[in-house]
Amino acid sequence: MGCAGGAGALLGVVLAACAPDTGGDTGVAGTAGPGSHSEVAFSGSLPDQAPERFGFGAPASADRIALWDIDIKPDGEGLPPGSGSVAEGQRIYELSCLQCHGPTGTEGPNDRLTTAGEWGQWPAGRTVGGYWPYATTLFDYTRKAMPQTTPGTLGDDEVYAVVGYVLHLSGLVPAGAVMDAESLAAIEMPYRDRFVPDDRKGGPEIR
Amino acid sequence: MKPTRKRPNLSRRAWLATASGTAATGLVMTRWDALKATTPGSAVSSAAVRQVPAASADPTKIPGRFVSEVGRRATGEQPVRLVRTLALSSSSRTPLQDLQGTITPSDLHFERHHAGIPEIAAEEHELLVHGMVERPMVFRMADLRRYPQMSRICFVECSGNGGGAYNRNRMPTTITPQQLDGLLSTSEWAGVMLSTILREVGVRPGASWILAEGGDAAVMSRSVPLEKAMDDAMLAYGQNGEAIRPEQGYPVRLLLPGWEGNAQVKWLRRIEISDRPTMTRDETSRYTDPLKDGTARQFSFVMDAKSLITFPSYPYVLPDRGWWEIEGLAWTGRGRITRVEVSTDGGRSWADAVLQPPVLSKSTVRFRHLWNWDGRETVILSRATDETGYVQPTVHQLWDARGEGTAYHQNHQRAWKIASDGAVTFGLGDLL
Repeated sequence: MGCAGGAGALLGVVLAACAPDTGGDTGVAGTAGPGSHSEVAFSGSLPDQAPERFGFGAPASADRIALWDIDIKPDGEGLPPGSGSVAEGQRIYELSCLQCHGPTGTEGPNDRLTTAGEWGQWPAGRTVGGYWPYATTLFDYTRKAMPQTTPGTLGDDEVYAVVGYVLHLSGLVPAGAVMDAESLAAIEMPYRDRFVPDDRKGGPEIR
Repeated sequence: MKPTRKRPNLSRRAWLATASGTAATGLVMTRWDALKATTPGSAVSSAAVRQVPAASADPTKIPGRFVSEVGRRATGEQPVRLVRTLALSSSSRTPLQDLQGTITPSDLHFERHHAGIPEIAAEEHELLVHGMVERPMVFRMADLRRYPQMSRICFVECSGNGGGAYNRNRMPTTITPQQLDGLLSTSEWAGVMLSTILREVGVRPGASWILAEGGDAAVMSRSVPLEKAMDDAMLAYGQNGEAIRPEQGYPVRLLLPGWEGNAQVKWLRRIEISDRPTMTRDETSRYTDPLKDGTARQFSFVMDAKSLITFPSYPYVLPDRGWWEIEGLAWTGRGRITRVEVSTDGGRSWADAVLQPPVLSKSTVRFRHLWNWDGRETVILSRATDETGYVQPTVHQLWDARGEGTAYHQNHQRAWKIASDGAVTFGLGDLL
């Protein structure tokens, strides 16, 4: 079995060198000349003599972890203390978001946020109300990446507020809503259950 | 479209062809013998306006230039990336039709940034690994480089690559391989296996996912199954013999061989081991695939088998009938390409193309196929088969399976139409 064999390229598999006069049985014809082309399959295995631990790197303190551990899980884990109202969110939106997303979140020039007039269609673009499966994602993304030219500048209360306003524009929370860790995690996005795992697996079937 | 001779008098093969008559001698013509249609203002012609030194009339009579610290490309070889827009969130594409072999020169590797390219000093960079681990740790680059190094050649492709060729309502014709599928590049990557680092921190029982987070202004983050992290994922800090380029994630990126580029987080600063995905914006709102049954496929990481003829393609023009060498690239995220077939009659019959070594798992492979063009209008296509038995589908097979709701993972067969005057255009529309 030559280069094509065991081609799952599984870890630790070392393939024999191709026969020099045939170019191997890879389906490779001899146009490149009869080189002594040999291949060693990729292996991620450590050498046998590797220690259990190398000891490189430094322990991470709880404070150090807290500084960077900013992601929000879909059940709300990671949401910080604080809160913000839809009304306050509108003020922040008009100051920091409207320029790119338009007066009602539909006009652009950047990504459309809302689905005005398109309820009942799915997917209605890739907008928050028309597509996003989790409201927590909106907090996670907004706090990390928005506003685009001054990312990371909104405080947690401001992020709660503007997230609440975008959810309100999407018809998902009332005008009087206040967003905090509890209320945001409790929101069930309309299309959450439509997301399914990848079922492609290679082989002859086209999926 | 006015055809212009691309590189007059520079190609010995072209000179021979001109002097002796191509068809009569049976010479095989390649892209070097073809013309190029020019489209003013496009990237196709942008190289022409770049400042490059003129070639000597007789280099045997004029002493050459001195040695130098950093080399440069030949005067007549000025491939460039195709920049989408000058914006914080944008992309640039690799000039596939101008390259040879499989390795992409690092300065031509495609780009996709969500908030620009951060300036990071390697000495200052830290990677935090924490979550469901025995020993949460911080690694500096000097630490990461002390671990046993591994290297491999593999492709990185954006799963949105080729999305411009899937929409039946706006199927382009004057589109180059670069415009069509230029979000694809291949490099030799070097770094430390992620499994080595995870062994160092000690993954706790029950863990099943990792979150990879970048140090760019978008704090780009993606969830990745622990199984992949322990399999062939790499923390790459080397690319094609040098430090990884800033556009590719300097000083260190996550490399997930065979998987969509977006998940291979650049400028990696944090890995959190968890028992569930984080559901970040780029694995929910983006990089998911609405299907015809009303569901949306999520975590569709693997890039299925795909091939693309890079010559003849737009904007080339074949000046003569006769023997031409068709060439292109094939790749699959599921292992090795085992076969590439080429059709020169619109898909009615197929012939095996030659696979040009090396044929590596989860890398691009170059294929070639000799074709005696009779001068009549036709459509040429390629289709790849991978080691799982998956055959690159037609666009109709893909639409039958998925519907037309997603531009991601559009790996269907690409077609080029050859007109009787030799002009080549993207030909998928003819097959719809």
